[in-house]
Amino acid sequence: MDYYPHTPDDIAQMQSVVGIASIDELFADIPQKFRLKSVLDIPAALSEQETIAAMSGIASKNKLPQLTLTGAGAYYHFIPAVVGHIVGRAEFYTAYTPYQAEISQGILQAIYEYQTMIAHLTGTEIANASMYDGASAMAEAAVLCAKMSNRTKIIVARSMHPEYRQVVNTYSWANGYTVVEIPYAPSGQIDLNALQNELDDQVAAVLVQSPNFFGVIEDIVPLTDAAHNKGALLVAGFTDGTSLGILQPAGASGADFVVGEGQSFGNPLNYGGPYLGIFAAREKFMRRIPGRLVGATVDKNGKRGFVLTLQTREQHIRREKATSNICSNEALCALAAGVYLAALGKNLRKLAELNIYKTQYLKNKLLQLKGWKEVFSAPVYNEFVLRCPDARLANEKLKNEGIIGGYELHKDYPELENALLFCATEMVSKDDMDKVVAILK
Amino acid sequence: MELIFEISKPGRNAADVTASDVPAVNIEDAIGKKYLRTDLDLPEVAEVDLVRHYTNLSRRNFGVDLGFYPLGSCTMKYNPKVNENVAVLPGFTGLHPYADDESAQGNLQLMYEMQKYLSNIFGMAEFTLQPAAGAHGELTGIMMIKKYFEKKNEKRPLILIPDTAHGTNPASGALCGFETVTLRSNSEGGVDIDHLMSLMTKDVAGLMLTNPNTLGLFERNIEKVAQIVHGKGGLLYGDGANANAFLGKARPGDLGFDVIQLNLHKTFSTPHGGGGPGSGPVGVCAKLVNYLPVPRIIKTGHSYSWSGKFPDTIGRIRSFYGNFNVVVKAYTYIRSLGAEGLTHATEMAVLNANYIKEKLKPYFDLPYDRVCMHECVFSGKRQVAQNGVHTTDIAKRLIDFGYHPPTIYFPLIVPEAIMIEPTETESKETLDTFCDAMIAIANEAKENPQRVKDAPLTTPVSRLDEVLAARKPDVCWKRS
Repeated sequence: MDYYPHTPDDIAQMQSVVGIASIDELFADIPQKFRLKSVLDIPAALSEQETIAAMSGIASKNKLPQLTLTGAGAYYHFIPAVVGHIVGRAEFYTAYTPYQAEISQGILQAIYEYQTMIAHLTGTEIANASMYDGASAMAEAAVLCAKMSNRTKIIVARSMHPEYRQVVNTYSWANGYTVVEIPYAPSGQIDLNALQNELDDQVAAVLVQSPNFFGVIEDIVPLTDAAHNKGALLVAGFTDGTSLGILQPAGASGADFVVGEGQSFGNPLNYGGPYLGIFAAREKFMRRIPGRLVGATVDKNGKRGFVLTLQTREQHIRREKATSNICSNEALCALAAGVYLAALGKNLRKLAELNIYKTQYLKNKLLQLKGWKEVFSAPVYNEFVLRCPDARLANEKLKNEGIIGGYELHKDYPELENALLFCATEMVSKDDMDKVVAILK
Repeated sequence: MELIFEISKPGRNAADVTASDVPAVNIEDAIGKKYLRTDLDLPEVAEVDLVRHYTNLSRRNFGVDLGFYPLGSCTMKYNPKVNENVAVLPGFTGLHPYADDESAQGNLQLMYEMQKYLSNIFGMAEFTLQPAAGAHGELTGIMMIKKYFEKKNEKRPLILIPDTAHGTNPASGALCGFETVTLRSNSEGGVDIDHLMSLMTKDVAGLMLTNPNTLGLFERNIEKVAQIVHGKGGLLYGDGANANAFLGKARPGDLGFDVIQLNLHKTFSTPHGGGGPGSGPVGVCAKLVNYLPVPRIIKTGHSYSWSGKFPDTIGRIRSFYGNFNVVVKAYTYIRSLGAEGLTHATEMAVLNANYIKEKLKPYFDLPYDRVCMHECVFSGKRQVAQNGVHTTDIAKRLIDFGYHPPTIYFPLIVPEAIMIEPTETESKETLDTFCDAMIAIANEAKENPQRVKDAPLTTPVSRLDEVLAARKPDVCWKRS
């Protein structure tokens, strides 16, 4: 199947207008020695019917689980039908970045509304139109803090998602910054004393996550105070966005930036992407933050309209002096997030409560198993860590029943041998959880 | 139009929450009062109002499915529907990124094969699919260059960037700690070889080159350019934004490029979503393979697995494995078209661009009059001189004729630039009527310039006050 509408007659007429006798003449600028003599070594074309058969064949090689008890940065939530219908509108999904505002009011207004919802949810004043994902949003926030302060040290909580820490490391290495990891306390929260010992006048930013990778809720206020006392900025992430429906957002506790993964808001798991990075900040940083920003303005008749604004921060205007190199973001995922949040409204709190109920139920049930113990003492949202006699064996048993078990923490934390990170969202029923416990008995 | 907040009414919602089948717990006891929020000010709307709100917003948006979208350097080709259908197969959407490799064999196979196809199409040794967009791919590519010299213990603080380059190039270099140096173009729109020779020293890590460049012109001296850069031990970076011009005709690896980043949302037909998700795979030559981001896919016999065991890697640049579902669509596209289809698509894209160039040449200044590749760049200088009609006016007037405007004021070296990229999916009839509209506007600019300056006349809002938006930024709605 192909998608060019040219008939042989069209091609002949067009060649004559262009003044060429053969298509080859169009490629005369490519030195002869470099011109491909043979066709590419990729499979032959497929009809639409064959394409669907081939792709269905590949998709069916994946084994979808009956049940997933792993979150760890990607969360299985129910997605209301309206979300798919709206993001499936071709007026949205077949558009480019809204450079021409007059015929892009739809996506511009939708993003403005998204920015508003995100700023409110995170307890900040402003949010951008999205970043690539939670991890790169965290890394860009770290780089921004270093650039603004001319400091070169970045402090990262060890309780932050391991992949986020890796991305922060990569971006920091590229800019010549030092990254220092702060251990977690027995509570599962960041070790405040260790943080205070490490804070000096070279620290640009303190990066934490709440809930953190262990599901544990951090106490943001003392962290903000500690960072600010040394002139550093506090960047607070989060894991599952639905936690913002019930937890005090870091922005309300004084964080300078709140960044994180927005996938939970109406975006499917998709084996890791596309997702969207949420990037929210205090108003004073508005002219320094990376990414697109939609702003409200008026047209010449005084009618409200929306444009991409403060573009002098951006690469296409400022080039090497830009605040970031980001160009495409994750607009359609942000649209999905906006529709999701508008659909739930105040029910987001109810959903968050339900996640807490399920999580407490699962945790208490698993704790009844012989040899299963809690690892951390601080409160959690919808994830928690338990140590069990044999984590690999437990997961193997669950896998045999089509269940993805807990995330095995020893892969990233050698000190947490046999510790499993479980997640229970609204998608896990009581019967499911009872079954899990029965399997593990 | 009203904002979603303005149609909100307490007590409504468009999505419910299932009743709990487990005992409720006291939230204050479980979490602690100090960790709980007391406010939650999200819109409250009924489902019907929600759907109408967003549907009406969509009617104020222009996509490829509505009409011709010749946005230069963005390759706004038609997005085949079958790709959308297969991408939502539950096997692709439903898997958690931490599903074990055995459960994800289909996804791993697809990504592995995609890397092989791209390596073949572009003549590179290996590809990574981790970068989420083109600029993210640039950053990844530049990081690998940085690592390469770090491993060789060479200090090369500079990177060369032509004056025609996309703004992302210098920004990516800067985000990687490089100082950027601008390389001039010659009178033909290509690299000024003498300038390159004078700039290319042992302090320079490499050259970021877009080929064809943003004038839509193929770099005829590419062999010489590569020799100069490599001669001083530098690396040649390729910005693949314009890859739609040469697929199946030439391979960057053969031309001497050491790294290249692609934009699947341009060349490989995945929809751009109003600003993303994109996907920015990066291909490297053999000497850079060890620096690719982790994890990478390993094939053993007939099975695939992830591996992070590559000690020289730059590390991770995103969580998980990139924009997987975008890759599914691009993979589907490659399988549908096959080798000959991809080559033919290139030919039709280049034919379309040259057809527009020839038809509009009498009406608009053409600063570089030679065979172009997938796009052509005009200048609106003549219209400015005649009656003060600027390129932005022409662009806005095109909206009234039912078209998305071309890219304007880029590349920066062309004054009043109008950059037109038709892509291969547009018919001769579409190009003819578009050219008629451009000619009509050129005539209007002479005879009734005010009409052009007042455009657009048919949109829900007229020209917006961007200065006000930047001076008094209002990026979040506040309840008054």
